[in-house]
Amino acid sequence: MLRYAFSRLLALSVSLCVASVIIFAAIEIVPGDPAAYMLGLNAAPDTVAALRAELGLDQGAVARYFTWVTGVLQGDFGTSYTYRTPVGEMIGERLWISLPLAMFALTLSTAIAVPVGLWAAATRGRAPDLGSMGATQLGVAVPNFWFAMILVTIFAIHLRWFSAGGFPGWDGGLLPGLKALTLPAIALALPQASILARVMRSALIDTLGEGYIRTARAKGLTRGQVLWRHAFRNALIPVLTILGLQFSFLLAGGIIIENVFFLPGLGRLIFQAIAQRDLIVVESVVMLLVFSVILVTFLVDIAYAAVDPRLRRS
Amino acid sequence: MGKLLLGGALIVVFAAAALLSLIWTPYDVTALEIPERLQRPGLSHWLGTDHFGRDILSMIMVGARVSLAVALVAVGIGLGLGVPLGLLAAARAGGLVDEVVMRSADLVFAFPALLIAILITAVFGPSAFNAILAIGIFNVPVFARLTRGAALSLWQREFVMAARVAGKGAFRISVEHILPNLANLLIVQGTIQFSLGILAEAGLSYVGLGAQPPTPSWGRMLAESQTMIAIAPHLALFPGLAIVLTVLGLNVMGDGLRDRLDPQLRPRR
Repeated sequence: MLRYAFSRLLALSVSLCVASVIIFAAIEIVPGDPAAYMLGLNAAPDTVAALRAELGLDQGAVARYFTWVTGVLQGDFGTSYTYRTPVGEMIGERLWISLPLAMFALTLSTAIAVPVGLWAAATRGRAPDLGSMGATQLGVAVPNFWFAMILVTIFAIHLRWFSAGGFPGWDGGLLPGLKALTLPAIALALPQASILARVMRSALIDTLGEGYIRTARAKGLTRGQVLWRHAFRNALIPVLTILGLQFSFLLAGGIIIENVFFLPGLGRLIFQAIAQRDLIVVESVVMLLVFSVILVTFLVDIAYAAVDPRLRRS
Repeated sequence: MGKLLLGGALIVVFAAAALLSLIWTPYDVTALEIPERLQRPGLSHWLGTDHFGRDILSMIMVGARVSLAVALVAVGIGLGLGVPLGLLAAARAGGLVDEVVMRSADLVFAFPALLIAILITAVFGPSAFNAILAIGIFNVPVFARLTRGAALSLWQREFVMAARVAGKGAFRISVEHILPNLANLLIVQGTIQFSLGILAEAGLSYVGLGAQPPTPSWGRMLAESQTMIAIAPHLALFPGLAIVLTVLGLNVMGDGLRDRLDPQLRPRR
């Protein structure tokens, strides 16, 4: 197990190195000089040169890459070109919205998908199965930002149960914050829950066809007991894969949903940064998101090996 | 068969609307008719008008063209690059080339299409072309992995052994024997990626990273409708329905194709 974990850790490090080079190189070829952009058209050349030196832009690309990477490794993401505040602080503030949103959505989608998938598999070919699979087919096809707009129209504009957007902050307590994230989380969770329910159902149906399930039934276990004790546990591997993959989609989807609900999270930050050509912020947020995706993939790999010992040897 | 027909019919409707928009739309989508603004669906404007008095039906027709074109070309990029890479990796299974191709695929997977689009936009600015590129890049590892996985099992089959005995090289075997046997699988995956591409294009246009004004796109129509949803809900309803019906059509068609082309892949009921 330790050897397996080590080999995955090595793969993780290589992926992170290559990803950081790609992101840095992509931002590096952006036309235009951030210092000149910040100071406007009428800036004197020596002022621009001074700002370039202050931002470290007068160094070569390779030197700047290593300054950036070593900084990131120590938690220092540099200073925002626009706001002159540490990028790490800006990301930290926004993360307190984006991360709870992704977790909330992930919890909701799992809470919806697992019972629906179980129910559909238990009633295979009958009305509940056909009905729920029809609903998930529709759920996969609905764009989450459109669903978000529908939720706002019904629950914020007509029923006035929730606000149509904005975030009150966590200082006022947990409940107002969670309430502001409820509609965004539901909008994010719907397509993911639909995909997860379909995977859950087909994984369970595949498992129910296995020999050991027949043995368990022959032993006298009821259908429900077999489903819960044997099939459910073994169906978890594909479900875990999809859960891991979904995390990246939730983070990326969150960027769009934050725009629907005017939530001041990472998504809003990155779009503001693009508009203001605050490239160091773009670079750092993209790196952080890619890092989280790679990290989750690594954790899923390790979780696999813990669930299924056969995978450790391969 | 029913699924194939139903999904196919939905796609034919939108594809026909998209093609028709090349030569005719009920109204000019770039002409602003302020006196006609925010009309409800009626006889003169079947799906109503937007806040600039533009005809929604005409905009949806042109939007279909943008959506379908972006998603189709992105699938083309995925197939064009991913399939050869997957075939190459399978032909050199376990070797350095295989390892490099697969690790690169893993790496691209760490960049969701939206992040690729953000990076491309930060560099080149927003456009439909950049949306195609972002979705296309994301499609490459999907097809590469699928192709490699399926090709690996085909390499063990007897007809491939026979071809090797007959003296054919890895390239000829890949092209003449492996690829034709993957066609069905690739067609099914192609429809899935096509539908994901429609959703991704809509999302990118919604946040302003897709096709730029004055070209209408479904995602941007939704973005523009957002502030007016309380007074003119039809502005958000029709473009949203267009996206849902197209994606649903492609997914249902994909299911139907899978049932028809590959009985082994058919889900057990």
